[in-house]
Amino acid sequence: MMSLIEANLPALQVVLPLVAAPLCALLGRGDRSWAFACLVTFVTFAVSVALFAETYAGTIISYRMGGWEIPLGIEYRVDRLNAFVLLIISGSAALVLPYARRIVAAEIPAERQPLFYTAFLLCITGLLGITITGDAFNIFVFLEISSLATYALVASGSWVNKRALTAAYNYLIMGTVGATFFVIGVGMLYMITGTLNLADLAVRIVEHGDSSTLRMGFVFILIGIGLKLAMFPLHLWLPNAYAYAPSAVTAFLAATATKAAVYVMLRFMFTVFGFDYEFQADTLRMVVLPLAVIAMFAASIVAIFQDNLKRMLAYSSIAQIGYILLGLTFLTETGLTASIVHLFNHAVTKAALFMVAGCFVLSAGTCSISKLGGIGRDMPWTTAAFVVGGLSLIGLPLTVGFISKWYLVLAALELGWWPVALMIMASSLLAIIYVWRVIEAAYLQPAPEGVVRKEAPLSMLIPTWIFIGLSIWFGINAMLTSTAAGRAASALIDSSHILWKE
Amino acid sequence: MNNADLLLLAIAIPALTPFLLAACGKQPNLRDTVSVLASIATFAAVLPLLLAVIDGARPAISLIEVMPGLVLGFEIEPLGMLFATVASGLWIPTALYSIGYMRGAHEKKQTRFAICFAIAIASAIGIAFSGNLFTLFIFYEVLTISTYPLVAHKETPEAKKGARTYLAILMTTSILFLLVALIWTWNIAGTTEFRAGGILDGRLDPVYAPFLLALFAFGIGKAALMPFHRWLPAAMVAPTPVSALLHAVAVVKAGVFTMLKVGTYIFGVGFLGKTGASDWLVWLAAASILIASIVALTKDDLKARLAYSTVSQLSYITLGMALAVQMGVIGGAMHIVTHAMGKIALFMCAGAIYVAAHKTKISQLDGLGRKMPVTFACFTIAALSIIGLPPFAGAWSKWYLMIAAADANQLIIIGVLMVSSLLNVAYLLPIPARAFFLKPKEDKAHGDAAASRIEEAPLLCLLPICFAALGCIVLFFTIGGLYEYLLSIPIRPESLP
Repeated sequence: MMSLIEANLPALQVVLPLVAAPLCALLGRGDRSWAFACLVTFVTFAVSVALFAETYAGTIISYRMGGWEIPLGIEYRVDRLNAFVLLIISGSAALVLPYARRIVAAEIPAERQPLFYTAFLLCITGLLGITITGDAFNIFVFLEISSLATYALVASGSWVNKRALTAAYNYLIMGTVGATFFVIGVGMLYMITGTLNLADLAVRIVEHGDSSTLRMGFVFILIGIGLKLAMFPLHLWLPNAYAYAPSAVTAFLAATATKAAVYVMLRFMFTVFGFDYEFQADTLRMVVLPLAVIAMFAASIVAIFQDNLKRMLAYSSIAQIGYILLGLTFLTETGLTASIVHLFNHAVTKAALFMVAGCFVLSAGTCSISKLGGIGRDMPWTTAAFVVGGLSLIGLPLTVGFISKWYLVLAALELGWWPVALMIMASSLLAIIYVWRVIEAAYLQPAPEGVVRKEAPLSMLIPTWIFIGLSIWFGINAMLTSTAAGRAASALIDSSHILWKE
Repeated sequence: MNNADLLLLAIAIPALTPFLLAACGKQPNLRDTVSVLASIATFAAVLPLLLAVIDGARPAISLIEVMPGLVLGFEIEPLGMLFATVASGLWIPTALYSIGYMRGAHEKKQTRFAICFAIAIASAIGIAFSGNLFTLFIFYEVLTISTYPLVAHKETPEAKKGARTYLAILMTTSILFLLVALIWTWNIAGTTEFRAGGILDGRLDPVYAPFLLALFAFGIGKAALMPFHRWLPAAMVAPTPVSALLHAVAVVKAGVFTMLKVGTYIFGVGFLGKTGASDWLVWLAAASILIASIVALTKDDLKARLAYSTVSQLSYITLGMALAVQMGVIGGAMHIVTHAMGKIALFMCAGAIYVAAHKTKISQLDGLGRKMPVTFACFTIAALSIIGLPPFAGAWSKWYLMIAAADANQLIIIGVLMVSSLLNVAYLLPIPARAFFLKPKEDKAHGDAAASRIEEAPLLCLLPICFAALGCIVLFFTIGGLYEYLLSIPIRPESLP
């Protein structure tokens, strides 16, 4: 039995939440569906941990779906990089769901909750599937599963604010355009190579060499995924979707959705197209790099002027995605390490911050910064969590944000890119401003009169503080994350170098 | 208990005190006792370390490897030991003084105040004992964050504005310049350890040396080098004990201490001298000395004048480093001590005047010397020490800095130092002169009898002032020992065995 489970871990990772999702809908109202969803995410997380442990030493797990030969059948392929991303996704899910019960109860009517949790599980399924599969078309399928589930989840914010509906609709349009671009790109690759397996694609693309079809394919895929990961200026769907989705959904999406998309980007660029593909290198440096820098500044500046805490954090996410993309464009091992480590670091920080916003919504009934005066006294633990998370966003030492900034600036300096190094730092100064607005309001402004605000319930505080704890722990002892990210980066580079040299 | 344990203890005591303070926040007497006891305990941990360092010991301990190759670790060398001794030693009188001041001035939220104060001291000692630049940077930022609530303490619009300026400048410079300098150093040297003779010689192209030094000099915003000095006057909205210990001693001295440390152990005095990388800094520091003194002349607010005086005096220490000779490092280090003693006394006097007479402007002080003779006598002593007249401690550090300028063949700098002393006379001495010799302007209704009645600040305020003023005199006569000690700061690389 044990060996059977062990042999099929990669399949279980996706199948488990997929099968659980419809069951969840059948369980009926109340806490039952929530408890069931929780249980499923815990087991899913355990599977991710097992996969991570198995691949940490460098083993690559290749799993044939249904026993079909590769490249005819679908391959699930787990290496250090996606094991790390799987861990982020399932770990966030396992922390967000316990947190969700109280806030979902407040934001969504009881009879809709089973369906909500069903969509949640489907969303998890999709994100895990995107990450684990080694097949280009399969990525598209899971991308659609996760996206459709996300549209539903965002729209379910309409019980609180009707604008969630337009936000979801916007996201639907943009997301569909993105997915279409992606699948067209994949089609072009298929045209050249006749295969959809990622590893196989990599080999054959090298055999065929550069061509205009390949270039078009690359551009379509870049834009398609760029939409999903909210690459500036394709980010327009994100702020409203994050601001009006139910709080638990925002926390989960912020930690995972864009991260899975970034993973797909990494996979295509450095496994499929290869590290030494010149057209890609040029595009990254000429187009993506400036866009990333603009995102870092423009999104941060917009964040400064937001009154809605969730919207502010959403814009901050767009800026942070800029950092991740910037790391890619360096095309060096340190740069990639910076991006990968920031995937994790930003996931824990931002999840915690959105959870804080959720706590504010539950207790104070608002997350508008101007109405949060004096909340530091009424909700000391929640606000303290915001302070730590905010310091991490700024990138102060002893938090994970510092580790990311360190690698990113180091990568820029290694290349001798002075202006970029200074710009990275300058944009984190903007983070000081938008974080400090909230801190000043929370501690130094008087509370609005006649408002009673209680500290958030423990079921919400504990997951929040676990994320905060992680963002401190891995800020002080970053050996595990930075080594894992470094190894993943060098594995990506090595594999693609070997191919292109042969 | 061995030295490494003591080292950790010296940081852990003030770092853990906040928990105790929070626990007894409801009982003011107990809380303040805890504060004072913590300050004594910290000093008791630092003192044996000082004796050990004088004997040549170099206690060291590594805590954790944060990123591959980057260790959070401590190592004590003479310069850091000196700074830790000053910061922890002066915490005791300030802790006592705070009680008198905070109660006398009816400040709110005294528990939060005491908590942040203790954290600030812990990070100052952490800075002093840092074994590498990376560790130092961490504590540097902790110090910034922990002092922010102290500056914003009054929660008035001015306090918020001041605190915002404070945070903005310190944070901006440290992230934009200091962190980049740190990562650059790590990139070229492969280490951030403090080593005798520096770690950059032979690794850094001398052409880039002035730029790296500029990143450090401006990045260490706490050294208040112009044009990044605005935070210091802005921080004067804080309650006076904060201005006294933190913004005359712990925070600003952490800045110039870092400056000295970077000059001595990262660049190396030899490397700086050889490449001339710090020549420009000599002139900037000199300009900073003079301009800040002139600005001080124009300030009527007592604490603002003292703040600009601090900006000017801090640049003496930066100057000492920039001269790139051994005497400069010694003079700078000595100035850390002598200026700390003098300036803490001046700020405490300013606080005492506020508590006893509710006066903050210099123009309001006329005749106050008759009411507060002890305070103003101490003020005069401390002012003379800052000016650099014997028999007060400040005379020696200025003396050694002048020798350093002569060693470095910078005769104009000697002139600058002399002019600056004259400016010090011009902005400091009128204050006690007004208080003692001018007649009070208002209060005519009460008559002369009311004006001459003695109304000093509470004893808990007064005693620390007397202690600090006395310190200025005692230091003058015991400077030989300090000089001997400072000679043990390693300047040249240790010869390999």
